[in-house]
Amino acid sequence: MDQFLDTFLNWEYIWQVFPDLLKTGLLNTLILAGVSAVIGTVLGMILAVMGLSAKRWLRWPARIYTDIFRGLPAILTILVIGQGLGTVARDVVGTNPYPLGILALSLIAAAYIGEIFRAGIQSVEKGQLEASRALGMSYRSAMVLVVIPQGVRRVLPALVNQFISLVKDSSLVYFLGLLASQRELFRIGQDLAANTGNLSPLVAAGFVYLVITVPLTHLVNYIDKRLRVGKKVSPDEELDLVASGKVQS
Amino acid sequence: MSSSSVELRDIHVSFGTLEVLRGVSLAVEQGTTTCVIGPSGSGKSTLLRVANRLQEPDSGEILLAGEKVTHADPDSLRQRVGMVFQHFNLFPHRTVLDNIVLPLRNVRKLAKDEAVDIARERLAEVGLADKAPYRPAALSGGQQQRVAIARALAMDPEVMLFDEATSALDPELVKGVLELMAGLAERGLTLVVVTHEMGFARRVADKVAFMDRGVIVEEGTPGAIFDDARSPRLVQFLSQVL
Repeated sequence: MDQFLDTFLNWEYIWQVFPDLLKTGLLNTLILAGVSAVIGTVLGMILAVMGLSAKRWLRWPARIYTDIFRGLPAILTILVIGQGLGTVARDVVGTNPYPLGILALSLIAAAYIGEIFRAGIQSVEKGQLEASRALGMSYRSAMVLVVIPQGVRRVLPALVNQFISLVKDSSLVYFLGLLASQRELFRIGQDLAANTGNLSPLVAAGFVYLVITVPLTHLVNYIDKRLRVGKKVSPDEELDLVASGKVQS
Repeated sequence: MSSSSVELRDIHVSFGTLEVLRGVSLAVEQGTTTCVIGPSGSGKSTLLRVANRLQEPDSGEILLAGEKVTHADPDSLRQRVGMVFQHFNLFPHRTVLDNIVLPLRNVRKLAKDEAVDIARERLAEVGLADKAPYRPAALSGGQQQRVAIARALAMDPEVMLFDEATSALDPELVKGVLELMAGLAERGLTLVVVTHEMGFARRVADKVAFMDRGVIVEEGTPGAIFDDARSPRLVQFLSQVL
């Protein structure tokens, strides 16, 4: 038992690793995951709209892209882009693995997020697009103002799940070799664990991951429940309506 | 100069090997109400959707106010032709008021204040001024359909198409929507109404067209259609629905 505690919960090592985890690791993990989430969401929306297009020359590239990036192990994509691009296209992208890691994470996330958006947009009743077009709106306006907002709302839980995956997958850039100041949570835990031959720093890193991901998980459940129950009017309006006796609460 | 508002000439539409419209011609005079009746699958709704080109015809001509619009820009055509659907198709993520304001701003490019004024006016016309801040889901089916009518009217269309506008409503809600439509007819709007409400067709229509299997079998005044049916198919249809 003592040995177990010493291996996983050695407070000395945990105490030693925590400042680095919070100052450097947390920040870098949030940057890696956050920037990738933003880029991945933008690219994902473009892929989704392309994938839903009636034009084959738009649909096919989106399909092929999605098949490739969803079909490869994340670690392979990260290594190929992070090391390969750094070598081949050094002049354009530089050799700093950090932005290349973000690029790789973004490209992977875009494939998954694109599929999430596509499913959401496709689930919107055809009548919504028809009604918009019948009012004289262009296809583009109808999609942007009517169809896509409804589709996105329906897949928010899946989208947040994807963000959770990104937080965890950001640890994979570890394989690209980062400067000390660029290390994310896993790398910092792993470095001290390797130096000390003790797993407690990794347990500490795991704890910080959970601090990020568990609230996100609960956010998913909250959104999911709200969407399921349905929100007919805004809370303020609802209060007004209840107060004026027009609806029962 | 022609007084016809919408005219369809020899319209053909096929879905795969299924011929849904097999040479349909229909002229709708300005300021009149035309009801299209017939059994399910007879092509009534498809015909209506050809009139604003939600369904592009395989062949035939569409005329609006005497001008050929078969190949014109569909968006500008649709601004002149309002449509009301069986399932309302209000935008559920926007309030009742926003449902009307959105196309006014996006399509007619009105300033926000002006769009809101028009939207409130049109809502008041259909008796739902107090519902402006609600989401559509908070309204009854009949109220939602009246909002959909207000939304279409707000675009100032030259003609209004109704595609089984009361078929999805609970029986007790049908009357209010039909009354509203009859009121529009009385005001001299041009209406084309696909309906199963024979009472409405008899009472409000200037012309009734009976469709079956992709063609207009018989058309005429309500009296001629309902009391003096000539074709066996119309006689049979009326015996089933009346």
